[in-house]
Amino acid sequence: MQLRVAGKDVYAYTGTRAHEPARPTALFVHGAGNDHSVFALQSRHFAWHGWNVLAVDLPGHGRSAGPALADVPAIADWIAAVVAAAGAHEAVLVGHSLGSLAALECAARHPQSVAKLALLGPAVPMTVSDDLLAAAARNDHVAYELINGWSYGPGSQLGGNRNPGVWMLGNAMRLMERTHDGVLSTGLLACHRYAGGLAAAAAVRCPALVVMGERDVMAPPRNARALIEALKDVRSLTLPGSGHSLMIEQPDAVLDALRRFIGVAVPAA
Amino acid sequence: MTKPRTHQFDTLSLHAGSRPDPVTGARATPIYQTASFVFPDTDHAAALFNMERAGYVYSRIANPTCAVLEERISALEGGAGAIATASGQAALHLAIVTLLSAGSHIVASRSLYGGSHNLLDYTLPRFGIETTFVDPRDIDAWRAAIRPTTRLLFGETLGNPRLEVLDIPQVAALAHDHGLPLLVDSTFTTPWLIRPFEHGADLVFHSATKFLSGHGVVIGGLLVDSGAFDWNADATRAKFPSLTEPYAGFHDMVFAEESTTAAFLLRARREGIRDFGACMAPTTAFQILQGIETLPVRMARHVENARAIVDFLREHPLVAAVGYPGLPDHPDHALAQKLLPRGCGAVFSFDLRGTREQGRRFIEALRLFSHLANVGDAKSLVIHPASTTHFRMSADDLLRAGITEGTIRLSIGLEDPSDLIEDLSRALYAAGKA
Repeated sequence: MQLRVAGKDVYAYTGTRAHEPARPTALFVHGAGNDHSVFALQSRHFAWHGWNVLAVDLPGHGRSAGPALADVPAIADWIAAVVAAAGAHEAVLVGHSLGSLAALECAARHPQSVAKLALLGPAVPMTVSDDLLAAAARNDHVAYELINGWSYGPGSQLGGNRNPGVWMLGNAMRLMERTHDGVLSTGLLACHRYAGGLAAAAAVRCPALVVMGERDVMAPPRNARALIEALKDVRSLTLPGSGHSLMIEQPDAVLDALRRFIGVAVPAA
Repeated sequence: MTKPRTHQFDTLSLHAGSRPDPVTGARATPIYQTASFVFPDTDHAAALFNMERAGYVYSRIANPTCAVLEERISALEGGAGAIATASGQAALHLAIVTLLSAGSHIVASRSLYGGSHNLLDYTLPRFGIETTFVDPRDIDAWRAAIRPTTRLLFGETLGNPRLEVLDIPQVAALAHDHGLPLLVDSTFTTPWLIRPFEHGADLVFHSATKFLSGHGVVIGGLLVDSGAFDWNADATRAKFPSLTEPYAGFHDMVFAEESTTAAFLLRARREGIRDFGACMAPTTAFQILQGIETLPVRMARHVENARAIVDFLREHPLVAAVGYPGLPDHPDHALAQKLLPRGCGAVFSFDLRGTREQGRRFIEALRLFSHLANVGDAKSLVIHPASTTHFRMSADDLLRAGITEGTIRLSIGLEDPSDLIEDLSRALYAAGKA
């Protein structure tokens, strides 16, 4: 689906389903250097189980026009604008990594737009190593290699994908390589500089879910503890063995957690 | 400065895609010899069919043993993913039918394996897909052959049987300038000698029957996608409707929306493997995995032995010419040094002086070399291309492919090279007496 937000083209994957106003909306927000396709399985499932799905490409990513937004509050405002542009009254937000911070901030700033909040691989603060920031600033391929090395759990580094025939590290590398110069750096800096996470969490009124990867070194579970404590209505889950790429490494566990939290209708015809 | 840490080629050859079995602890990859997989409940079953969950339904579409092999070759090639097929021919066919329809056109090297040539020159035209064959060394010929209907450029890393080295960077750049992908057959080279994606190729396939499995015991193919080609770019979108437009055969799925990087693989699996059905058997995948575990050490020895045999033959008075890009007098020697620094493989041809009868005597006098139609076995092999692998080609086409009545093709195995040289010496002596 193509949308117009603030005068710019926005792409949102819908699971090949037409938008139906009577249905609730789930909006999926990816992390830095990614696009909507990292949620392919989970977003498609909701699209075929009673939900309008908007798995967006953030500005400057994938098929959405740039430039990339420079900070988390700006992305949060943009998410609320996407919800409105799609004609939805409110949406369940599912965010991963940078997308989780933006969804969190959106729930605090635009509570009327957010029905529930699912945060995958969040951390507050979400500090990024100086070496990775420097490599990304240079648009150096090393940045992608560092991310791949840190984003998958030890088991996943040698594969064993639940999705047959796809080499997780290679596929992730190709996706990051498609980002335009400066986009990854902008996203990582947005994570690194975001200081409003705990205040946002305290302001959130809707139910929240936090899903963490036990072996996540990009956003270690210990860095989500304060966030979980600050959220009022929260349930949390740690996926054993998973790294930061939860939706890819353990797609069924993530989907089942989302199903329990969000709820699904009977399969669409 | 923190340095990225990734597993190296030899380690990936042994481990990529596999983990010890979580239930039994089996260290080797189990052979999942089953047609189907039990669904936990009806909703789960529906979600698997509709690509909402990852997993297994039916072994024609995907199988856990085959999936380990698919990940392993992807890791070794530096690709995004792969599909295991019934044969190398099935892999080539799958690549073509995933991208092309009636009315489409291919530009291909004319120095191809005879089976590939048959498919392109004789069979596919019956389905409305035409191919123009060009001298792989002539970039102007590649360029001139591209038509508005062209959808694919195709060549072999090392041409069969004369070992023309495909200038992948140059041909890939030409393809990309025209919004087209480059498909490369890397059977002779394997990723141990060259990783075509690093030079610009978009798709790679192998007859895994050859060096990957390495022992001449199975038939299998592998089709690997780099994941780098942008099917949805402005210059390509209209050329590849199979990936960029709704597919009625899967609930109007648009594969390039479903997966940014693996759209080709999705369509190939959800249509090509589903409908044409040329899948790999799990036991075959297991045997190829066993072969790949030792690929690095085998390829090193294959290349070392081949070089010893090349050096012997080029000095022999009954040998008119040896075509091996590792030799300074080969037209592609400089390119080979650039693209194939570890060596030029273990399959090559030489021209015997003398008559057809002398050629026959040579082949029949060999004792260690097996006379058969295959390459890439641990055992050394020999064949006469003009009367076997390339026999359907016309005399002119044979000449253009550099094949004469005296051309003999060898696949050098892992025997002690002194024994191979002794075998060749005796056979050449017998040929000289004929």
